[in-house]
Amino acid sequence: MIAVDQICFRANHLPEPWTLKTYESLGGYAVWRDILKNKTDPTLLLEQIKNSFLRGRGGAGFPTGLKWSFISRNSPGQKYVVCNSDEGEPGTCKDRDILRYNPHQLIEGMAIAGYVMGATVGYNYIRGEFNEPINRFHDALKEAYAAGLLGNNILNAGFNFDLYHHIGAGAYICGEETALLESLEGKRGNPRFKPPFPASYGLYGCPTTINNTETFASVPVILEKGSDWFLEMGKPKNGGMKIFSVSGHVNRPGNFEVPLGLPFKDLLEMAGGVRNGYRLKAVIPGGSSAPLLPADIMMDLDMDFDSLAHAGSMLGSGAVIIMDETTCMVKVLARIAHFYFEESCGQCTPCREGTGWMSRILHRILHGQGRKEHLTLLDNVAQNIMGRTICALGDAAAMPVQSFIKHFRSEFEYHIEHGACNLGGQQHD
Amino acid sequence: MDVTVTETVFEFNQHEKAEIDIWVAQYPLEQKRSAVIPALHIAQKANGGWLSEAAMKAVADYLGLPQIQVFEVATFYSMFELAPVGKHKLCVCTNVACLLNGSDDIVAHLKKRLKIGLGETTADKQFTLKEVECLGACVNAPVLQLGEEYHEKLTPEKVDALLAGLE
Repeated sequence: MIAVDQICFRANHLPEPWTLKTYESLGGYAVWRDILKNKTDPTLLLEQIKNSFLRGRGGAGFPTGLKWSFISRNSPGQKYVVCNSDEGEPGTCKDRDILRYNPHQLIEGMAIAGYVMGATVGYNYIRGEFNEPINRFHDALKEAYAAGLLGNNILNAGFNFDLYHHIGAGAYICGEETALLESLEGKRGNPRFKPPFPASYGLYGCPTTINNTETFASVPVILEKGSDWFLEMGKPKNGGMKIFSVSGHVNRPGNFEVPLGLPFKDLLEMAGGVRNGYRLKAVIPGGSSAPLLPADIMMDLDMDFDSLAHAGSMLGSGAVIIMDETTCMVKVLARIAHFYFEESCGQCTPCREGTGWMSRILHRILHGQGRKEHLTLLDNVAQNIMGRTICALGDAAAMPVQSFIKHFRSEFEYHIEHGACNLGGQQHD
Repeated sequence: MDVTVTETVFEFNQHEKAEIDIWVAQYPLEQKRSAVIPALHIAQKANGGWLSEAAMKAVADYLGLPQIQVFEVATFYSMFELAPVGKHKLCVCTNVACLLNGSDDIVAHLKKRLKIGLGETTADKQFTLKEVECLGACVNAPVLQLGEEYHEKLTPEKVDALLAGLE
């Protein structure tokens, strides 16, 4: 039996899991109350997070404890904790369900983070389209304030923490942490040049820690059950459970919270296997920015940060996009390239221009106007974006192009040569 | 800036001002600019689903910001409309998870039913059809957003039922 739903989804099986009453029935806010009552030494809490090997769930997989340690609790001045709920990596829809079904655990995790780092204000940046999740989170905030779990002098412990929500308005780039800060300051979402990193120059120029929704929401359970419990659930250096959003050509798409390091074939089985008995062709294992892997490589892989990195891809946000044998790789890549072109903020020339070039070339290949030299040109453009931009969106746009062509070159060549798809010989609309 | 100016008057009512005030209060005193996105959402809703130049100027006036700081935000984010839209705005996701699950069929069906293309509004101003990027509900693809609601696991039949409820 594979253990499931023990961290962020631990309330999902209960009626109205988003209420304070349900959350407290599971022991929710007990950690927070305990910390405030005993005035727990923040360094002990930080040690637990470090020992748990919790790694950022937003895409980069950076060790959370290490990130938190960059902010000194005793440094003077205002500090902030910011949650990144601007979920928009194609394939990813896990934070939406944490906000909808377990908002209090996120609140508790952010409050604990504020305590550890000495930050008295937090913001949760939620994408503007997410009306239902925004309302659930906002209602949970009101409940937490009414119960005296947030605000001034919380539970008479002498610690203040105010937490607010903030809404976006449709911009994938605002999921990049410094673009998110710009957006939170009321500006266009243009990523900032780093360094300085947010830990020294973040929101309004103050030290700031930004974590993903799932990362913050994992914290209360780690502190409740212990860092060893969490770490042992996963694999060495890959602690805990992770939510995988399995989408595409499967019989039962869904969000699955499972131990890190679960074999891919088990995850695929949990999602009901490939639809209609078709054969698996390829998988994007970590959201559209992650390099694609063909079926034979995927079927031998475990779903954790290090295994996927070793195989030349990445765990990313945990969005597992399944493609069966009927999938035209040219069509999928053309759509992905169009996405990055749409979402490039435009401040770096290689990304602004390069994403347009890649999108237009792939559009031509897809519609029977491909030329022999196009594959070389695509590779050239991708290489000239990689590593030459302020943020990772450029790399994220280039990596799918390189990986799709690497693994399925013959399909692209067929399109160019025949002006039609090798799957049924049809021209695309 | 590609703005169709057909309305020159826009004023926030007391209720809308109070809503903006709640947002302003959650940022530091000198950081009212942080409320610009929430205020633009409120203005767009009050203005029939799009931001006229007057509506954007009202946001700038109310928050005490230079107009350019509001225009540059309004033009950056995809949820803000700079031209009038229909009473019902249908935002259809065609990104990879939706594509793999038949969003082409959903788009074709909507085009046929509404007799308009993507990015267009029906002559009676009832419907606008818009292609959007990933809405973040990929395990229930294909997905569209109508007003504030998501509609998931779409089929042409579900689209028909949805449209029937609006007509």
